[in-house]
Amino acid sequence: MTTKTYLTHLRELEAESIYVLREVAAQFDRPAILFSGGKDSIVLTHLAYKAFYPARIPFPLVHIDTGHNFPETIEYRDALVERLGAKLIVGSVQESIDTGRVREETGYNASRNRLQTVTLLDTIEKHKFDAAIGGARRDEEKARAKERFFSHRNEFGQWDPRNQRPELWNLYNGHKNVGEHFRVFPISNWTEMDVWQYIFLEQIPMPNIYFTHERNVFLRDGQWFAAEECMKLKPGETVERKQVRCRTIGDISCTGLTLSQASSLEEIIDEIAATRVTERGGRADDKRSETAMEDRKIAGYF
Amino acid sequence: MENTKGYLDMELLRFTTAGNVDDGKSTLIGRLLYDSKSIFEDQMEAVESASRSRGNEEVNLALLTDGLRSEREQGITIDVAYRYFATPQRKFIIADTPGHVQYTRNMVTGASTADLALILIDARNGVQEQTIRHSFIASLLGISHVAVCINKMDLVDYSQSVFENIQRAYLDLSEEIRPKNIHFIPISAKLGDNVVEKSTNMAWYTGSTLMELLETIPVPRSEDNVGMRFAVQYVIRPISDTFHDFRGYAGMLASGTMQKGKQIIVLPRGQRTSISAITLADKELETVHEGESVTVQLTDDIDVGRGDLLVDADHELPQISQTVSMNVCWFNQNPLHVGNRYIIRHATHETQGIVKSIDNRININTLQKETQIESLAMNDIAEITIKTATPLVFDSYKINRTTGSLIFIDPQTFETVGAGMIL
Repeated sequence: MTTKTYLTHLRELEAESIYVLREVAAQFDRPAILFSGGKDSIVLTHLAYKAFYPARIPFPLVHIDTGHNFPETIEYRDALVERLGAKLIVGSVQESIDTGRVREETGYNASRNRLQTVTLLDTIEKHKFDAAIGGARRDEEKARAKERFFSHRNEFGQWDPRNQRPELWNLYNGHKNVGEHFRVFPISNWTEMDVWQYIFLEQIPMPNIYFTHERNVFLRDGQWFAAEECMKLKPGETVERKQVRCRTIGDISCTGLTLSQASSLEEIIDEIAATRVTERGGRADDKRSETAMEDRKIAGYF
Repeated sequence: MENTKGYLDMELLRFTTAGNVDDGKSTLIGRLLYDSKSIFEDQMEAVESASRSRGNEEVNLALLTDGLRSEREQGITIDVAYRYFATPQRKFIIADTPGHVQYTRNMVTGASTADLALILIDARNGVQEQTIRHSFIASLLGISHVAVCINKMDLVDYSQSVFENIQRAYLDLSEEIRPKNIHFIPISAKLGDNVVEKSTNMAWYTGSTLMELLETIPVPRSEDNVGMRFAVQYVIRPISDTFHDFRGYAGMLASGTMQKGKQIIVLPRGQRTSISAITLADKELETVHEGESVTVQLTDDIDVGRGDLLVDADHELPQISQTVSMNVCWFNQNPLHVGNRYIIRHATHETQGIVKSIDNRININTLQKETQIESLAMNDIAEITIKTATPLVFDSYKINRTTGSLIFIDPQTFETVGAGMIL
């Protein structure tokens, strides 16, 4: 082999994402990072830190809080904001419910995941954000495979998959009319494996619920969920104590847990390499119909 | 840990596939994903149940790639879809584009970021008009490697002469569409011959399988003799006590190499200075290569901003002009006319442009150049000349994909309406 002068796939993906983040800073007046507390938005925030160093990240972190978060997510979020000297804006789903903007779902599979869309759009409008930067990846779900880096949203915040702007080379077009905004996805080309490898490479500290821990859980439709207060058990469902970890982190009501002994980044990577189910296979919100993600995206979901 | 170690220094190869539904393109992609174990159980289950509910007897691997509701309902692919898979050697990104003539713009989009194009030919039909179209687009977009997969070999009894006749017919095509490197592979996407596993039905074929090819062809980079090109994206000016005088120019190195201490020229104004530091986050770098996003500091305090291009003096300088000729692919239902004005985005520079002339239009099925053209419709490819409000600093697209490409933006709707490759 000759000496390696070219970038590895992780460094190439990193460079591409940093390029996109810098384009956002250059092309928009009021961008914001949508921070969910999950690994993708943690990586995204790390990339933003690298992109603008030694200046601070030139946009706030926006967290849409369903009120059903793992407490570890909130602790991690607050510590991160402190460390980066970033600005945090919280949009509260509870507030949207209290003010009658949305109605809470009822029943056993009730989730605040869908309600987030309204809170998100309200938060975007309130702060006049013109670009909401998210950690969505194209490999996550089939509707996302056609998403652009710079994804145009009309004045209702909706996505029109049949009328997307063509995106060529690395020329991103952020022009828009009054009232319209963009969703920007800098880590579009990353896979779940890339994200974990990068976290390992950069030694990014992660919330401890990604690693194995003992927790009260219950089994529903073949999937383990956290037995927290906001989850109503069906007759016949019982709480058990298991060694689990989160593979994705959404709010408690839609985050499936994986039985796992993985206690380090290396072990997580090995586990993912061996696994035969996609990470969204554990997401109850995607199982509602064949095109559940597309329908939510059209309505203005992340 | 074996997985962490091996996977940290993989290379990335981006390729594009074009083909019509009948060519078995979706089946081939499904096969690559399936045989490289990149399809997960829940995805396979979803496809199996969707196939059943549509009354398909066999599992329809096309459903893995056709994601949007309207595509599933109509059985067509309407947009570029991106797929990902990895082998222990490489990570791959596929830009999967529909091959119909009316989707030329999608093919162009998919090809714009690709290192390799995969072209499918049905062994029963041989070289078709669409083969010419796909090859032309691959060559227009500067893709240096083309893998010509002659598919459905099982339906022609794995015949060596059928394969060789098609190979000959392809090589007889005009030089204009001939990529630098062509690889011919006889395959059956449906049965898996020569996709990942070597075929036992075609002992006469001694070349590599498609997967071997994808794993081993060198990832194309710009030639060694191309100069340094660094377009300034953003100026980093921290307002803090620690970095009081810090002024960093953020961007991605488009070509060449950049070293600390290098003498450079800032274009279009032509100021000369040198690089005092290259950083990414808190790490200082001595040398950076094509494709790296970094922050550059300069020795002299000169006026540099977004849209400026940093180049080296050791190589040929880019051209600077307000009149630029290019190949353009038109993307919009609103036609391009001589005299139309557009926003032109070129690298990190944006300006206004006016169309001065349509020099000729290329018939992408026959490759004939048609003259006396009044306007360009969606999916047309033509040679045009524009005049810009401020000068562009550019190279020919053939030499540099970044400084040689631009997009047209409609000043009313702000849609991206065309893609230009500078001559």
